[in-house]
Amino acid sequence: MNFQTVVEQFPTVFASLNVGFLQTLKLFFITLLGAIPLGLVISFGSMSRFKPLSALVRVIVWIFRGTPLMLQIMIIYFFPGLVFHNNIWGSGENGRFIASCVSFIINYACYFSEIYRGGIQGVPIGQQEAGLVLGMSKSQIFFRVTLMQMIKRIVPPMSNEIITLVKDTSLARIIALQEIIWAGQAFLKGSQGISGQIWPLFFTGVYYLVFSGILTLLFGRLEKKLSYFKV
Amino acid sequence: MSILKVENVSKNFGSTKVLKDIGFTLEAGDVLAIIGSSGSGKTTLLRCLNFLETPDSGKFYLDDELLYDAGEHKKLTDKELRAKRINFGLVFQQFNLFPQYNVLDNVTLAPRLRAKEEPDYKKNKKEINAQIEANAKDILERVGLSQKLKNYPCELSGGQQQRVSIARALALEPKILFFDEPTSALDPELTGEILKVIRKLADEHVTMVIVTHEMAFARDVANKVIFMSDGVIAEEGSPEDIFTNPKNPRTKQFLQRALENP
Repeated sequence: MNFQTVVEQFPTVFASLNVGFLQTLKLFFITLLGAIPLGLVISFGSMSRFKPLSALVRVIVWIFRGTPLMLQIMIIYFFPGLVFHNNIWGSGENGRFIASCVSFIINYACYFSEIYRGGIQGVPIGQQEAGLVLGMSKSQIFFRVTLMQMIKRIVPPMSNEIITLVKDTSLARIIALQEIIWAGQAFLKGSQGISGQIWPLFFTGVYYLVFSGILTLLFGRLEKKLSYFKV
Repeated sequence: MSILKVENVSKNFGSTKVLKDIGFTLEAGDVLAIIGSSGSGKTTLLRCLNFLETPDSGKFYLDDELLYDAGEHKKLTDKELRAKRINFGLVFQQFNLFPQYNVLDNVTLAPRLRAKEEPDYKKNKKEINAQIEANAKDILERVGLSQKLKNYPCELSGGQQQRVSIARALALEPKILFFDEPTSALDPELTGEILKVIRKLADEHVTMVIVTHEMAFARDVANKVIFMSDGVIAEEGSPEDIFTNPKNPRTKQFLQRALENP
């Protein structure tokens, strides 16, 4: 590999990696969009006073947090087709993308639910009691008193998880989702007249670094914004 | 005419009888100090009176009218319970200020939310909120915090936080203000400022019920004292009766210990 060839190959590789990164970004944002609310539902389930429900939810959370996400992606993608002879995901890239989204959303919702649970249970009971003796309704107490304190508590662990998600999207490579690692690896095997090249794979790392760097900065600013009060 | 009459309040936690048939009356302007050792049921009584615990039995009369009957508790809607609650204010041992709001907002939050539920709120929104804010500033001045309106609770000393929480309770103009060991979470050098505020409120004839371990203060500020022991009122009377001439041997023993280890 010399500098001359890299310069010549760059436009082709760059275009291809951009297409891959777009798929990475789509998976990232759709996962967040689905997992953030689903996590809340799961956390309420795990805190339910109806014991069978909370026990069931906690077992599900345990399974999804206790096994590799890569395994979950494979099972969710292949299982319906191989066992029921019915590939519910549909064929091609679109099917792989939907299966990936479903796996990521469930897995991340389980992680988020535990973070929410910590945030909800971490607000001292005295806050709720103070609201009650001041004549507030339960919804007023939730929205005006506890919600903000929960948000402050969950921002640091959520930012960790979300930055992990940036890199975890590459696990969808296992079912050949055409995300950025897949796009970079193509030039190792040979694609568009370029083969045996390792530098495109290195270059995919730059995308992750820049993206996670931006997120780190954004979350840092959010934490700073919430630092005017202590919980 | 009594402002508050409490009858036959009992409360069990599991098989433990925490309150056994408690009753007392309060006249307007009274300052009642409730003393007694830890676990005697003082705090539970206060929490029952503020509807944070549901008593197993008992009735409260406010201004000679039945306010609450524990036997009918299940029939109460949330809204009815809220309406009963705001007759009373409670100052907590741990302050429980809302950390995300500054001092002024801590005091105005509940009155604002309450005003919003009034039917004519939308028409007079501006005046109502201006009135609430002016009232809050007034109260904060009374507790000596007019310089701290824009500060957040984390920027205040424990004593200042407790004064904010007193102001917050006063802002709803409760008929009776309850204090649950208001100085127990404070360093000794900070208790004085809280006691001074309560003293001032007593001089303004605010009706108060104070659960406290500060015997000298109870003696000085209260006009009625209740000594609780094992969930019952073991003795009640004027401060002179209780502190200089206790009749119940348990009161004697408690006071002796309290004087030895203040």
